[in-house]
Amino acid sequence: MIAVVRRVLVALVVLWGVATVVFFIVRAAPGDPATALLGPDADAGQVAALRESMGLNRPLVGQYAAYLGDLVTLDLGSSHRLGRPAIDAVAERLPATVELTLAATLIAVVAGLVLGALAGRRAGSVWDRLVSTATIGLQSFPTFWVGIMFILLFALTLGVLPSAGAGTPAHLVLPAVTLALPFTAIVARLTRSSMADTLTESYILTARAKGLTERQVLTGHVLRNSLVPVVTIVALQMGALMGGAVVVENVFAWPGLGSLIVDAIGNRDYAVVQAATLVIATIVVALNLLVDLAYRAIDPRIRTGDRA
Amino acid sequence: MNPLPETLEAATAAATLPPARPSRPRHLLARVFAAVPFVILGCYLVAAVVGPLLIDYDPVDTPLVDRLLAPGSRTSAGELAVLGTDHLGRDVLAQVVYGARTSVLIGVATVVVASVVGCCVGVIAGYSGGLVDTVLARIMDITLAFPGILLAIVIAGVLDGGAVVVVAALAVSGWIGIARVARGVAVSVRSRPWTDAARMLGVRPARMIVRHVLPFAAGPVVALATVEFALVVLAEAGLSFLGVGLPASTVSWGQTIANGKEYLASAWWISAFAGVALAGLVVSVGLIGDAFTQRYGRGFSR
Repeated sequence: MIAVVRRVLVALVVLWGVATVVFFIVRAAPGDPATALLGPDADAGQVAALRESMGLNRPLVGQYAAYLGDLVTLDLGSSHRLGRPAIDAVAERLPATVELTLAATLIAVVAGLVLGALAGRRAGSVWDRLVSTATIGLQSFPTFWVGIMFILLFALTLGVLPSAGAGTPAHLVLPAVTLALPFTAIVARLTRSSMADTLTESYILTARAKGLTERQVLTGHVLRNSLVPVVTIVALQMGALMGGAVVVENVFAWPGLGSLIVDAIGNRDYAVVQAATLVIATIVVALNLLVDLAYRAIDPRIRTGDRA
Repeated sequence: MNPLPETLEAATAAATLPPARPSRPRHLLARVFAAVPFVILGCYLVAAVVGPLLIDYDPVDTPLVDRLLAPGSRTSAGELAVLGTDHLGRDVLAQVVYGARTSVLIGVATVVVASVVGCCVGVIAGYSGGLVDTVLARIMDITLAFPGILLAIVIAGVLDGGAVVVVAALAVSGWIGIARVARGVAVSVRSRPWTDAARMLGVRPARMIVRHVLPFAAGPVVALATVEFALVVLAEAGLSFLGVGLPASTVSWGQTIANGKEYLASAWWISAFAGVALAGLVVSVGLIGDAFTQRYGRGFSR
């Protein structure tokens, strides 16, 4: 129980750390935010009034304290450009990002498991070599470029899928597949090595000895036992997946948090940058915490092996 | 490239395993095959170093008469545009060659910064142990939980600087992997008999680290740094693609790909060739990194 409380506290410290980093990055931005917001036509009085209302005249420590205080009450500031709380803009875009990342996770897990199982069934086989080579390519190709080439092929040349935007399931296909590619490779590599490890276990020998067919051994004994590390990695990769989504969303004009952040950076709308970054950080940290606690509940070895 | 061990315990355990060194590939064909990535990387390095001397290119010079010429066309000046021209009439081949220089320079600078910081933090954490180790290890775990590319986008986008900001933004998440590996090595070396012997002989901690710990970390760190170089090249292109990376006056593959995206229907060659160049570099460095990891990484490859 103490360990659980400790994990939750660590998660909160992480969030505090992210919030602090984001605060200081934004404050280190060149130029005066008030001037940037009002544009070149504003007179000095307007700028001064806005500076006062944004709290920019207070000392940095005071601003930081006020910022942390606002965070606790979930007040992430308001976007002067959009004229409404930044958190509203973020909440509006969040479902699209969740949809995209979930779809990509599904594709990556299914395709990765199939490829990894094909490769891991027999080490050194043709499938093994094929999959191992392919995964290196999948992991190395820049997703934004692959996305553009998908647009070129499927949208512009073949005309079978829409190139940008959201709305219908067809709109989801290209962004989700693009985002899924590198994670498919990760899942496939992991499944492959995990299966190779499991195949050397003595209970596999027992299963074969008692006359199970190779198929029964593979699906019932090998694959099931190989899943544990795969599931862990998938959950822990969610952070990287959210990061990848930021890039992929911009390729396909997907109306999620990623395109919101990049637009907000372009417009110097720092309240939105702050809010979106913190929301993504919270999701990632919460997922990591959940995985951690779930394993604690499932696997007693983790509980006893807990490091102080 | 390789998923790193997810916890420090795993990293430590992996580092203490006996080094699994695969025997050298015996067949001639296998050897030739293994040499391919090195040859490709060599071509990129030659292009990065020599290319700009041979090809004249000015990113600000925009001969609009020559815009969107297909690969193999002649420009108005009578020159052959082997890979075509972009929407401002600039030669795509020249952008590919100059982009190689940008990518290699940013990649090397970032990896050097990340490796120096990572080695220092990791070795100090692993060698000193105790509270220092606990705090530093926690900081590493914490930073690792955050998507590095997002942090880089926010830093590079908000601070709006040139190459220095981009390198810093990329190194912010790059040093952690190195630090974890260096820490794992330091932890395992710290308790070996020869370090005990050196300590009893009165060797000072700084000298201990330089003479007895860092040499053991060199192999795994170089292997990981190679993999990270590939990731940094990818990330830099990603930043430039999003318009938050290098200023428009420098040539970057990411920018070329982004420019070409607007003209996909009429001029596919702009995005395509820059992307092929980028993918080729990342794949070959990734393969070299995997080979290094198998040879020197001591079980870090899964």
